[in-house]
Amino acid sequence: MTTPAIETHDLTRSFRIRGRGPLTAVDGLTVSIAPGEAVGYIGANGAGKSTTIKMLCGILVPTSGAVRTVGLDPVAKRRALAARIGVVFGQRTQLWWDLPVGESFGLLAAIHRMPRPAARARIDALVGDLDMEDYLATPVRQLSLGQRMRAEIAAALIHSPDLLILDEPTIGLDVLSKQRLREFLIRERAERGTTLLLTTHDMGDVQRLCDRILLVDHGRLAYDGTLDGLSATVGAGRVLVLDLDAPGPDLVAIPGTRHLASEGGGLRQRLAYDAAHTSLGAVLSAVGEVRGVRDVAVEEPDIEDVVRRVYQRSAAGELGRAADATD
Amino acid sequence: MVDRMPTATAYAAVLRSRVRAQASYPIPFAVDLLAALVVGVLEFAEIWVLFHRAGVLGGLDIRGVLLVFGLAEFAFSIADLVVGHMDRLPDYLRAGTLDMFYLRPQSILAQLMTSEISLKRLSRVLFGGGAIVVALRLNAIHWTTARAGMLALTLVCAPILYGALFVLAAGLQFHLLDGREFTNAFVYGGRYAATQPASVWPTSLVAGFAFLIPVAFTAYLPAMVLLGHPGGGWLPAGLAWALPLATLWSVALAAAGWRNGIRHYQGGGG
Repeated sequence: MTTPAIETHDLTRSFRIRGRGPLTAVDGLTVSIAPGEAVGYIGANGAGKSTTIKMLCGILVPTSGAVRTVGLDPVAKRRALAARIGVVFGQRTQLWWDLPVGESFGLLAAIHRMPRPAARARIDALVGDLDMEDYLATPVRQLSLGQRMRAEIAAALIHSPDLLILDEPTIGLDVLSKQRLREFLIRERAERGTTLLLTTHDMGDVQRLCDRILLVDHGRLAYDGTLDGLSATVGAGRVLVLDLDAPGPDLVAIPGTRHLASEGGGLRQRLAYDAAHTSLGAVLSAVGEVRGVRDVAVEEPDIEDVVRRVYQRSAAGELGRAADATD
Repeated sequence: MVDRMPTATAYAAVLRSRVRAQASYPIPFAVDLLAALVVGVLEFAEIWVLFHRAGVLGGLDIRGVLLVFGLAEFAFSIADLVVGHMDRLPDYLRAGTLDMFYLRPQSILAQLMTSEISLKRLSRVLFGGGAIVVALRLNAIHWTTARAGMLALTLVCAPILYGALFVLAAGLQFHLLDGREFTNAFVYGGRYAATQPASVWPTSLVAGFAFLIPVAFTAYLPAMVLLGHPGGGWLPAGLAWALPLATLWSVALAAAGWRNGIRHYQGGGG
């Protein structure tokens, strides 16, 4: 049997906060991630994502429960583990602020004690793949956010880790930078089979990069499965934006849809629909029977919306029971 | 793999990059060097004024106290140059730099120690070294093997002892995120006390700075041996030979403090 890339059992971490009693940031988390999986780890701010990552890397000691990262105890075997994982914390830098990017890469290769020719080849490949030739000689502090994030990801991959953990890698990036970063990650994973654990608020990241989603709420696992399954579970389907040929009443009676909003006296209407239960064609023909359609656009489900719905449900106890049942 | 770089190479590579970064701004660097020197000179001037008025204090005249000052200044400045950045640990914690150290296959303490080097302290090292040379001449020391040995021992052990204090301070700052004032009290307070003749310290200072944080061993006691002075009270000159023990004690204290701090950081958290 292959060793899971990440395995936690009843992993719990609480903090003592002066004057407010203990706060449980991660609460009984049990997950297993196989080598080569790409997993989106999502949840609101303060849901316990960063705390989990810190326990996976050996920065924090769990209050109780067990954790193995690439088969190693992260605290006891931190140094061996560091050689096998790459981590990017979006808000922090592993590069040297005042050094040129290229020099930072050289230092990291030395820190990982890579043989020089192998280090050279790996750095050259990453520089090429991530389009960094133009700014290799630029000090890190002068880079744009997009340039720096590419450099951070390259830095985390220099030693060719088995597991790549990215904490908010696309936060603040423009559309093009995000796109290039995602394409790179897809290529890199296809070539090397690197396991990916990604925290993000960006639906595009999850859709394009992840096969599986773990959703945490108040430190507890609220969902484990595919994105489609999550959308289906909480009913956050796609949104159909209809531009009609004349103003009119709200389209509240289209089968398989839910009316969300109208603008311009009903000239533009937004309908939520779930692709699992109806098809776009069926919705459009149903609308066509009552109104003339000039233009349509389909919006993907918004991750914040999905998360919000899960939270509302788990507050009502529905998903709490569902999550317990899957244990 | 055969061709792996040795561990030391990585630390050295980081340190070299720090040196290059500082050397790449020659004018601010020169200003820093000069500023550090001025502070050193002012600190000695203060002692000089005191002795100019008093003549002899604690059995030492100005020439004797120059030797004490030089030894303390030299040793402290070397430690400050190499590991002085460690007492900025709260800044490292806030910036997340320490978390990054966890992601590298190296010791956290060794990474922190070699993450920076304050070359601007070189002027203080030279100033302290100069003060030692001048004091050794002014005092017309009667050289014996024992005295030469004492000097050599001091030049090696005292910087390690001060370095240990910086590490201890860093270890304590895990518990007291704004505790720099507290740790400064014994790191810089200890250095300041060490530049004075310990024979004039009140008993509480002797207890603190001779035995708990044993800075009296870095300058006052060795100077007593070199000058052929009997020392006084709690601190007879012969005690100077316990300098290696005092250094070991400080290193053990630092190791315990650091380990405890790291455990708190990983366990107690925010």
